[in-house]
Amino acid sequence: MPALPYPVARLIDAALVGELTVVGSDGRPIVYPIVPLLWGDRIFMTSSVLDSAKIAHIKANPRVSFSVTNTDAIGTHTGKVTVQCDARVAEDDLDTGWEKLLPNWKRKDPNTLALIKERLAYPLIFERVLIELTPRRTWFWPDGRTDQAPQTTVAAEVAR
Amino acid sequence: MSPRLRLPGLRRPSEPAGPEPAEFEAAAAAPAPLEPKGAAPALPAPERAALTTPGPEVPEPEVPEPEVPEPAAPSTEAMEPSGPDAPAPLTAEQSVAAPAEASVDTVSEEPGSVTVAEGVACLAAYPRAVLSWVGEDGYPMNVDVEIEVRAAESIVRFAEPPGFRIAPGTTVAITASHVRPLAAGGFDERRHVTVWGQVSPRPRGRYAVTPSRVWAWGEDDLPLAASYGRRLGQARRYFESLSVGRSVTIRPRLSARLALFRASHAPFLRATFVPLLLGLAVAIRAGVVDLVTALIMLALAGAVHLGLNVAGGLFDLLHVSGDGDARQSSARSTTVAGAVGDALAQVARIPPLALGCYLAAGLLGLALLGLRGSPEATAVAVLGVALTIAYGTPPFKLGDRGLGEVSAATGFGPVLLLGTYAVQSRGAFSAEALLLSIPIGLLAGITVYVGAIPNRVADARAGRMTLPVRWSKAIAILGFDLALAAAFVILVLGVAAGLLPIPVLLALAAVPLAMRVRSDLNHHYDTPSALTAALAANARLHMNVGLLLIAGYLVAIADQIFLMRAPFLR
Repeated sequence: MPALPYPVARLIDAALVGELTVVGSDGRPIVYPIVPLLWGDRIFMTSSVLDSAKIAHIKANPRVSFSVTNTDAIGTHTGKVTVQCDARVAEDDLDTGWEKLLPNWKRKDPNTLALIKERLAYPLIFERVLIELTPRRTWFWPDGRTDQAPQTTVAAEVAR
Repeated sequence: MSPRLRLPGLRRPSEPAGPEPAEFEAAAAAPAPLEPKGAAPALPAPERAALTTPGPEVPEPEVPEPEVPEPAAPSTEAMEPSGPDAPAPLTAEQSVAAPAEASVDTVSEEPGSVTVAEGVACLAAYPRAVLSWVGEDGYPMNVDVEIEVRAAESIVRFAEPPGFRIAPGTTVAITASHVRPLAAGGFDERRHVTVWGQVSPRPRGRYAVTPSRVWAWGEDDLPLAASYGRRLGQARRYFESLSVGRSVTIRPRLSARLALFRASHAPFLRATFVPLLLGLAVAIRAGVVDLVTALIMLALAGAVHLGLNVAGGLFDLLHVSGDGDARQSSARSTTVAGAVGDALAQVARIPPLALGCYLAAGLLGLALLGLRGSPEATAVAVLGVALTIAYGTPPFKLGDRGLGEVSAATGFGPVLLLGTYAVQSRGAFSAEALLLSIPIGLLAGITVYVGAIPNRVADARAGRMTLPVRWSKAIAILGFDLALAAAFVILVLGVAAGLLPIPVLLALAAVPLAMRVRSDLNHHYDTPSALTAALAANARLHMNVGLLLIAGYLVAIADQIFLMRAPFLR
């Protein structure tokens, strides 16, 4: 069941980076610039165990938001979007579980391949946790004008 | 107040809302197919049916504290309670600076040296930022807003974004970030800054925030590779937490052998063996070589090198994690520390390994003294040991005082090459050995020198006064040029003077590689991420010149032994 409007999905798929916001244990929002990897109607991310603080925050509170706002990072596309999501993490296969995302990842950042070739030098970087975001609500500014009211959709509405 | 929900829907007659497959296929503007290929990555059995309208009516989830064990020692890397990752509330004078992560994650959370004032000043460079807050429904919200930063007053102002309500007193995060897309794909120049504070209403629908904490990182200040070593604490706690949760010890897939291999910097043994083999080659040509002592020397050099790197890494690791103050660590040291620290559970094995190496080196050294001892060889050995200790060991830390390059050039040049020859010749030195040791030593020094260039900002912050920290770009490039030119010119002059065999001119085949390193340095001096290729090429330069010199000597030796054409090749 698709959960992202097509223009939103296309924008997220094009974005080199976006902002993942989690809720810290003290209730503050914590923002992580991160590369979104779209897979169908879900947004995936991976996080090295070296950067596992966000994982702890997500496990404690899976309510997150993800946004694409950097116009430099979306190529010829336009628009800005924020998606509130429920997040889950997969930690069963830290060593290779993330590799299914590699084609999408290297499309956004070919340098990833060079880094993987140096895996021996940086083994912990490639011990990675998968983060899955299931979209719930979407705020979309088609022309990027956030000084105007966004178009809002709820996941279930998209499929109607 | 939560953001206003259910504003006019996105669906419009001309633009179907759902990502229908046909639309994906027709979406020529899309950079790549959106449809996934193959099965999605495996995750625990999901509740994907929950795509029905989850609004504010969704029950509040329990929010337990993360299962993060307490660190063994007080550390600013502790995950809770105040974030992003610091254990204690940060004051306005404290901050959290984040080194970057791998390509996907561009940030992490580590204690650093960016003050709130610096963070606000950094934010002032951005006209827009992401305003984040947590709504009443428990979900965070992000909205891109135009910001007005008054750095002198430490105030950030913005207008309430249309369609949202932010209650006065709400804690917000304001995050500005930057990447530079590359023509060939990917991006660099990653940097970001986040400030936190409570919003105060201002007239005309505007808000003001006086930041109370900040988190910032830029790869120009702290290159990716250098940042890895700083977050070993997070990785360690993660595995500890995972192990506790599953009642089974979970470790990274890094065998003890591999961990120790990495910790010892075994691949860099070539820096040791190139001058040693060249010393033996000179000895062979001089007819003073002894096979038994030659083998002992090879073992001795290997043991000293391993001991040095393992111990150096351990010192750095302790330095980084001991007081938990990453601002005291630098990129270079944390890279080394990372090599050791990646071993995690194997760390306890490091001191015995280092001690074992030094013990073996001591025994082998005594054997050498017994077999071919001489005051000259002993003096060189003492100098070598002193350099290995002083290079990375407190309180000397020559590498932090702008003497690292000279130490490396001396140790991996004259000390090793001349020392090898002196042992073989029972104390005699030769002009040929001395002359040959200079270019190979210079290239070793250049390796250290160039390696410090991308880390110079972090090194400067940590008080590590390497030469690139002390020098401007122009002087640093000039220093590289002079050292490199000297290395090759000495070889040519040595041959011209009849002190070196003609085949050593094979080393000149590495000149194009040297020019490439020089060009990359010049063009990317201020872009650490782009210097990676230059660093790799520079390491190859040292190895290639060394191998070409060895090849030249093999030709000369073969000529001398088998062809009897020494006069020509001499």
